[in-house]
Amino acid sequence: MSYCPNTNADRERMLRSIGVNSIDDLLTQIPEDLLVKRALNVPGPLSEMELSQEMSAIAVMNANLSEYASFLGAGIYDHYIPATVGAITGRSEFYTSYTPYQPELSQGNLQAIWEFQSLVCELTGMQVANASMYDGASALAEAAMMTSGINRRREWVVSGCLHPSYLRVLRTYAWAAGFDVRECCRSGILTDSDSLIAQITDDTACVIVQNPNFFGALESLTEMESAAHRHGALFVMSVDPISLGILKTPGDYNADICVAEGQSLGISQGYGGPLLGLFACKQEFVRHMPGRIAGATVDEHGKRAYTLTLQTREQHIRRERATSNICTNEALLALAASVYLCTLGKKGLTEVANLCLQKSHYAAEAIGRIPGFELPCKAHFFKEFVVKSDSDIRELNRGLMKKRIVGGLDLGRFYPDLQDHMLFCATEKRTKAEIDSLIDGMAQS
Amino acid sequence: MSEKTIFEQSSTGRGGITWPKCDVPTASIESLLGEDVLRSELPLPELSQIDVIRHYTRLSTTNYGVDTGFYPLGSCTMKYNPKINEEIARIHGFADLHPYQDEATVQGILKLLYDMQAFLAEIGGMDATTLQPSAGAQGELTALMIFKRHHERVGESRRHIVIVPDSSHGTNPATAARCGYEVLVVASGPNGFVDLESLKSELSGEVAAFMLTNPNTLGLFEPNIIEISRLVHECGALMYCDGANMNAILGINRPGDAGFDAMHLNLHKTFASPHGGGGPGSGPVAVKKFLEPYLPTPVVSCIDDSYLQDYDRPDSIGSLHGFYGNIGVLLRSYAYILSLGAEGLREVSENAVLNANYLLSRISAEYDVPYGSRCMHEFVASADRQKLHGVRAMSVAKRLIDYGFHPPTVYFPLIVSEAMMVEPTETESVEMLDSFADAMIAIAREVETDPEIVKSAPHITEISKVDEALAARKPVLRWNPSGE
Repeated sequence: MSYCPNTNADRERMLRSIGVNSIDDLLTQIPEDLLVKRALNVPGPLSEMELSQEMSAIAVMNANLSEYASFLGAGIYDHYIPATVGAITGRSEFYTSYTPYQPELSQGNLQAIWEFQSLVCELTGMQVANASMYDGASALAEAAMMTSGINRRREWVVSGCLHPSYLRVLRTYAWAAGFDVRECCRSGILTDSDSLIAQITDDTACVIVQNPNFFGALESLTEMESAAHRHGALFVMSVDPISLGILKTPGDYNADICVAEGQSLGISQGYGGPLLGLFACKQEFVRHMPGRIAGATVDEHGKRAYTLTLQTREQHIRRERATSNICTNEALLALAASVYLCTLGKKGLTEVANLCLQKSHYAAEAIGRIPGFELPCKAHFFKEFVVKSDSDIRELNRGLMKKRIVGGLDLGRFYPDLQDHMLFCATEKRTKAEIDSLIDGMAQS
Repeated sequence: MSEKTIFEQSSTGRGGITWPKCDVPTASIESLLGEDVLRSELPLPELSQIDVIRHYTRLSTTNYGVDTGFYPLGSCTMKYNPKINEEIARIHGFADLHPYQDEATVQGILKLLYDMQAFLAEIGGMDATTLQPSAGAQGELTALMIFKRHHERVGESRRHIVIVPDSSHGTNPATAARCGYEVLVVASGPNGFVDLESLKSELSGEVAAFMLTNPNTLGLFEPNIIEISRLVHECGALMYCDGANMNAILGINRPGDAGFDAMHLNLHKTFASPHGGGGPGSGPVAVKKFLEPYLPTPVVSCIDDSYLQDYDRPDSIGSLHGFYGNIGVLLRSYAYILSLGAEGLREVSENAVLNANYLLSRISAEYDVPYGSRCMHEFVASADRQKLHGVRAMSVAKRLIDYGFHPPTVYFPLIVSEAMMVEPTETESVEMLDSFADAMIAIAREVETDPEIVKSAPHITEISKVDEALAARKPVLRWNPSGE
């Protein structure tokens, strides 16, 4: 399948018009020795129909979770996606455009970005937000980098209950830029706040806490926040946007920067990407923020208009002194999140958060009653919870899979001290019947 | 009439979706979580479903995409995005997979990713690939981290400088700084190429890497690339290829063969996944064998015909993504490669180069073309001649909007005054190129006869020229209910 419209006759005419005999005559800039003299070793070509068949054949080799009751979470969640989201993100005026450098041709995209920023602010209780980051993990790393840029300090103090992948990304960015990550102890499945506070020094740039944390539990944030600020460090929170349908916001906790993984807001699980990094901060730090920002202004006739703004922070203007190197972001997924939030609205998001809360508590309570399983910690939780299992977790999950159930995450994969623990998630999508069959399956294991 | 914000359209009590009744026994939120963790209000807008759909549909109609018309935004490769690839990405067997699913249940996607790693290495002339970076700039960062780890491992941590040409993308120096490097800029020679003498004078045992876009941002292939690679390697530094311009050389030249040690590929440019209004993209990094141990985790490996996400890589730099990268984008580009095959990939670049040269030859009588009459897949023209009449590149760009086209990239690269960077891509027909060239020529005439009409453009858009200075001076970055 070729997507090049020009025919051989067209090409001949064009070559004549340029004044050369062949396309090779246009490639003489390339040293002869460097020309590829053979066909690349890649498969194809396929017609559109063959391609469609081939890709479907690959897809059926995967167990797609739309046919399973999934209790997997841990950063990627099975939430319902309203049909409005695909209807709008499927409009090619949006998805075939690029970063809106020309505001006159991009008002739709720019207004959508500006509204996204506004929605993120309303949701998180923060004052300003950007146009999106790659994902929650890299957004958190960028937030930490930003704090070091603000206060010129080198240490990042991190809760031990941060998502392990986020911690790995944080360590990677820190190593490359020459910063230190200080990870603090856990107390069960909660941050040991005494240990965390003891780590804070006058060289601490930021204190980073996830809430609900990786294990689904709600942290006590007030002491950690005040300790951070007492030492002149910034307080950074990573949150679950769905939980903000009912929970206090990072703004309420006096966070300086808030980041989140926005995948829950109308984006498919997609084997973990593309995702959506949400990034918001206090007004006073706006000029340190990474990424694109849309602003409202007027046109020559005083009509309301939108444009990318505060670009002197950015790589294409400031080059090595930019606040970040980010250029392309996740605009289409920011649009998805906006449509999601506007479709649900105030009432809908509160409802979906409450459904997650009720279903996960029903499931947790029932699992806790099965002999051989227990809930090791009584911490409050939102939609995820930890279960200690006497049986072999791999075996258990394989058995459940046969019943079209995807069980909890084996935490031993990340934590040697949690070998016999699992992390379960129940979103609004899990019905009572599905939860009951999970319970049956676990009881029979 | 400009579109009201979604907040101004809110009406108390409305909603766009109904949720099922809770089918499990319920308890009050307060009893489950306690009072002190609950938010007092949730100030989201309230709209019916039709309000939401009409709002965003109206916004979409004021937006210009590749599907709307010609989009010659230089350096961005705004080619046609095949519709079949959109359909493929939505198949449940791809879209509804969890990254922590048992690997035995996702062998299809893992095999696809494993093969994709190999395809991109082959196309780039490299040996191994990570698909993890979410965009080109993150690919650059990944590669510089790989270089840094390599220098650490061979006892050369002292190397603290990254060299970039003055024609480079802003992401190159920004990335080097993010990776803890000092940035040194070398000036391009008068012909637009890397000046070998300046490069030599900067090379030393302190240099970690040279970052080069090839073909460069002027749309020219570096004729001395072999010599550049030799010089850089001789001093112990590594060669990085910014693959933003890969659309010029698919199946024609491989950066690995020219001496580059690592490169990124922009799948949303070269490999036809849509730009999405600014993302998501994908920026895989392909490297030579000796750098493979440092790739970020996980890498997709194959052991005994079974595919897995390999985290057990002790020399790895770590990770740059929460999971494995932008799978949905990778899928589209995998499908694109399969649909084209080797021959089709080469045709892409041949047609991209032909289209760019054709356009260049058609407009070069009216506009200055400071770097000659030949180019690869894009070229940089200058509005210097038009500036004599008081019309700058930005005005020519805005006037093109009146003729129905998206403007080219303007004022980049920084080394060309009044730069207009035009990249037509291979998916445009000769008729489209002709009508764009006709518009450029007509604008050049207008500059001489009626410069005001060009300076005051655009005239046909819903809004006129936007006050960007005001936006930056008095930033209004969000909806403010008290009225802003």
